Amino acid sequence: MLRFTDEHEWLKLEGDVATVGITAFAAEQLGDLVFVELPKVGATLKKAEAAAVVESVKAASDVYAPLDGEVTEINDAAVADPASVGTDPQGAGWLYKMKLADVAAFDGLMDEAAYAEFAK
Amino acid sequence: MSAPSSAAADAARPDTIPFEPSGDLARTPLHALHLRLGAKMTAFAGYDMPVQYPAGLMTEHLHTRAAAGLFDVSHMGQIALASPTGGTDEVAVWLETLIPVDVIGLKAGRQRYGLLTDDAGGVRDDLMIARFEDRFVLVVNAGCKIADEAHLRAHLPETIEMTVLDRGLIALQGPGAEAALANLATGVAAMRFMDVAEIDVLGAPCLISRSGYTGEDGFEISVPPDRAEAIAQALLDDPSVLPVGLGARDSLRLEAGLCLHGADIDRTTTPAEASLVWAIQPVRRRGGAREGGFPGADRVLDDIANGPKRKRVGLRPEGRAPVRAGAALYAAEEGGEPIGAVSSGGFGPSVGAPVAMGYAPSALAQPGARLFADVRGRRLGLSVVALPFVPAGFKRA
Repeated sequence: MLRFTDEHEWLKLEGDVATVGITAFAAEQLGDLVFVELPKVGATLKKAEAAAVVESVKAASDVYAPLDGEVTEINDAAVADPASVGTDPQGAGWLYKMKLADVAAFDGLMDEAAYAEFAK
Repeated sequence: MSAPSSAAADAARPDTIPFEPSGDLARTPLHALHLRLGAKMTAFAGYDMPVQYPAGLMTEHLHTRAAAGLFDVSHMGQIALASPTGGTDEVAVWLETLIPVDVIGLKAGRQRYGLLTDDAGGVRDDLMIARFEDRFVLVVNAGCKIADEAHLRAHLPETIEMTVLDRGLIALQGPGAEAALANLATGVAAMRFMDVAEIDVLGAPCLISRSGYTGEDGFEISVPPDRAEAIAQALLDDPSVLPVGLGARDSLRLEAGLCLHGADIDRTTTPAEASLVWAIQPVRRRGGAREGGFPGADRVLDDIANGPKRKRVGLRPEGRAPVRAGAALYAAEEGGEPIGAVSSGGFGPSVGAPVAMGYAPSALAQPGARLFADVRGRRLGLSVVALPFVPAGFKRA
């Protein structure tokens, strides 16, 4: 189950835990990534607040929390090798996992077709 | 085709700056080439310029230091100055009234880095000053060229002719630059760092300097605008040459410790604060034979003689987070007021780590001093380091 935000994040839901990352579109826009900063495990996230930061050579970009929830896991590999986020942003380049406060809210986000249209 | 032409012929043409009156972005002679090469474009100083090409910023940056990068810098201003009666000697004397540099002592065939100062001792612009047998040619920043031209014209005596040149400007930088350019032009291998010469490239009359903005060996080539694309394409046909955009141009110059006007130097920074005293030859300083005589001389020379209160330094963040322009600097990890600010910062692909420059109080502006930068509300440690971050590759001898 894949959903997308208008800030170019993707979420994959398994039970009540969503894996979050930036989309291939966003990664392509950012270019080579050199730094990734992730939230702390246990942190409470509120929808649309900055949760993480990805930086290219030229600029820093906030990655927003797509929904309310709590961080359960972070991808240390992304921190250790920021370039890997750009190589496979929607797979191995995932950023963090969060337990959603309201699982039903997941369905309210854009699906793949809607995002493809949005990102044109 | 038109020669670099006498200054008189240049003066007969109106001053032209390729700017469309509707407010749309101006285009350099290489604009179509950038689009063909798939560049990501951006607005810069009123021009539609390439930020990067499909290879990407990292590759473009690293390739320039390993081989050769080709940059379109045609948006910069090129200004010719000549005196039919007094020759370049007269122009040199006049330039010294606006620039705190030894221009009179600059020989024909040589170029020097200089500054245009204002009455408060701040820096209006930094520029290259090239002397040929019959004229000077100044290369100024794109963002300042309109103001620079007005400033020069406001002080221009009747006996000196000033012409804004309608020419392209191509930079070819890196250890492979000489070999690539030598395929198209004779005499470039013999040039040393900061030599200038009038040399044909692909049969077109060009002005070539052995200089650049990357810290590497390389050349800056002033080309007739209608030959710019052919010359650029011929250089790009060399497998060692990649096109490089403004993004990598910035990371290259930052690693080289070179100032960007508008970021590291501006009208609020004196040359001494900017750590550019080396550009002001002793003959123009206190005690020199041609001491002062340029705008803001008292302030500029006081700062040199007494030492400035703050100085531009290199900064190396301790972690992996880049520290960028505008970040406040502190002396301690907690508390206290800001003591300075980062003026340029980002990631250095050749260094493999974040690099920055900024202003700190002179007492703290020593290599090894530990400062703190506010990044997203947290204070990150960084060390003052000597510049440049990567060793220069200039061909001096």
